[in-house]
Amino acid sequence: MNVSSSDTPLLKAVGVSKSFGGVLGCRNVDLDLFPGEVLGIVGESGSGKSTLLRCLSGEHEVEGGHVHYALRTGETADVHGMGPAQRRMLMRTDWAFVHQNPRDGLRMGVSAGGNVGERLMAIGDRHYGNIRNTAIDWLEKVEMSASRIDHMPETFSGGMQQRLQIARNLVTRPRLAFMDEPTGGLDVSVQARLLDLLRGLVADLGLACIIVTHDLAVARHLSHRLMVMRAGEVVEAGLTDQILDDPQHPYSQLLVSSILRA
Amino acid sequence: MTDAYNFAYLDEQTKRMIRRAILKAVAIPGYQVPFAAREMPMPYGWGTGGVQVTAAVLGRDDVLKVIDQGSDDTTNAVSIRSFFVKTTGVATTDKTVDATVIQTRHRIPETPLTAGQILVYQVPIPEPLRFLEPRETETRRMHALEDYGLMHVKLYEDISKHGHIATTYAYPVKVNGRYVTDPSPTPKFDNPKMNNSPALQLFGAGREKRIYAIPPFTEVVSLDFEDHPFAVQTWDNDCALCGATDTFLDEIITDDRGSRMYVCSDSDYCQDRQAEGHQGDQSSSGSGAAA
Repeated sequence: MNVSSSDTPLLKAVGVSKSFGGVLGCRNVDLDLFPGEVLGIVGESGSGKSTLLRCLSGEHEVEGGHVHYALRTGETADVHGMGPAQRRMLMRTDWAFVHQNPRDGLRMGVSAGGNVGERLMAIGDRHYGNIRNTAIDWLEKVEMSASRIDHMPETFSGGMQQRLQIARNLVTRPRLAFMDEPTGGLDVSVQARLLDLLRGLVADLGLACIIVTHDLAVARHLSHRLMVMRAGEVVEAGLTDQILDDPQHPYSQLLVSSILRA
Repeated sequence: MTDAYNFAYLDEQTKRMIRRAILKAVAIPGYQVPFAAREMPMPYGWGTGGVQVTAAVLGRDDVLKVIDQGSDDTTNAVSIRSFFVKTTGVATTDKTVDATVIQTRHRIPETPLTAGQILVYQVPIPEPLRFLEPRETETRRMHALEDYGLMHVKLYEDISKHGHIATTYAYPVKVNGRYVTDPSPTPKFDNPKMNNSPALQLFGAGREKRIYAIPPFTEVVSLDFEDHPFAVQTWDNDCALCGATDTFLDEIITDDRGSRMYVCSDSDYCQDRQAEGHQGDQSSSGSGAAA
């Protein structure tokens, strides 16, 4: 895995805070994500992982702090300061968002090919043959048979739906992917295949990723760096191996020690 | 006109409100303007939106034509025409060329419209994205951000299922290079007539409470793919009564042994042609064959 040596972070968050009424979402989170880097965010349910992810992608407004993203043009944009049109454009070109439940990220009434082609059509591709060929190409990249291109997502297994969601998101070759528990809800062997696939795609595309997971095995497999969250705050951050093999914070120690060893 | 009604049924404040919505719609071609649609003395789906728009634009000197599926003598056309005769006393006509205001359900007349004419469409569902995205908040946002990729997904699905774009009516158009608009359930055969039409086109949706417009000489483009370009329907037959080869034809079953004939759906156009001496396979030599 080659991490780009670029000095400027792709995504930079400073002091991000968010609460819902009086309920804390996340507090004072700083992070830098460099091109090609995979950052894992781990922690128990309710620790603010998904809230943080939504703050970073601009889906939630933040109450404090800011998030900056380095555009392809070289300029830096404030994720929360940009207009909804620009954010939407980023969402369908330069960014990917993979949901835990593929039904949230797919159009269930549209065939696999239409799902993969939607982003292409949204950015102005108007050649049916090209769109279809690209869709076939991507189905094969995520290890799905091209013969299923006209089938509805409902006819796919959970693992296939998840792979379809990934293809649909990566078709425009984004530079940054937000993934919220991408392997949640899948059985262990399917999870392993999906992880292999993701690792390959991330390496091939030079994709930077922020992966939210409660599964430390997923984090170990995919991420270069880890952040451990608890009660809305980052309690420890560092290289993945460092945190998983030598956790410093009592909560990280608890988290690591609670993994069942076969 | 009977004095029991205000001119054109609606009260003056309501007509003023509708005219304001129409002005806004004309100013932003293809944009759906919300308006406070009134209850009309007819059920939703019978043209309550079109009737309100017509009532708001009709003046005492106007000549009104009402068509339903191209024909002047079908139920919807007859009842709406008599409604306006009763509430305004304006002159009515079957002739497209004589009309100043034409209210239509599902067709654009074959005779080219001219400057000064107003074509009023009855629209059941004004939102072209509705069956792709059920949330009104989301479709409004999509219009605002010109986020129209989804419309092409629909056409993509058509081609992948049927091998060609199988949408034949309510075929989505882009108006003035900006808003994707539903041309109401007119057959796609009529889409090219909307482009750069000299007439003003107004669309009223009563149940959905929306008005939109295509001003005269506005570009209207039917959406398509480069390798699957937009094309209108064609028929193997000519009109059986007037012999026309370039009109939208209705199929009429003539007995219970499978016999059928194809005739122009625009009855005024067909009768004009017969009066000019054109004949089809099944026209009787005398006049009045279409009656």
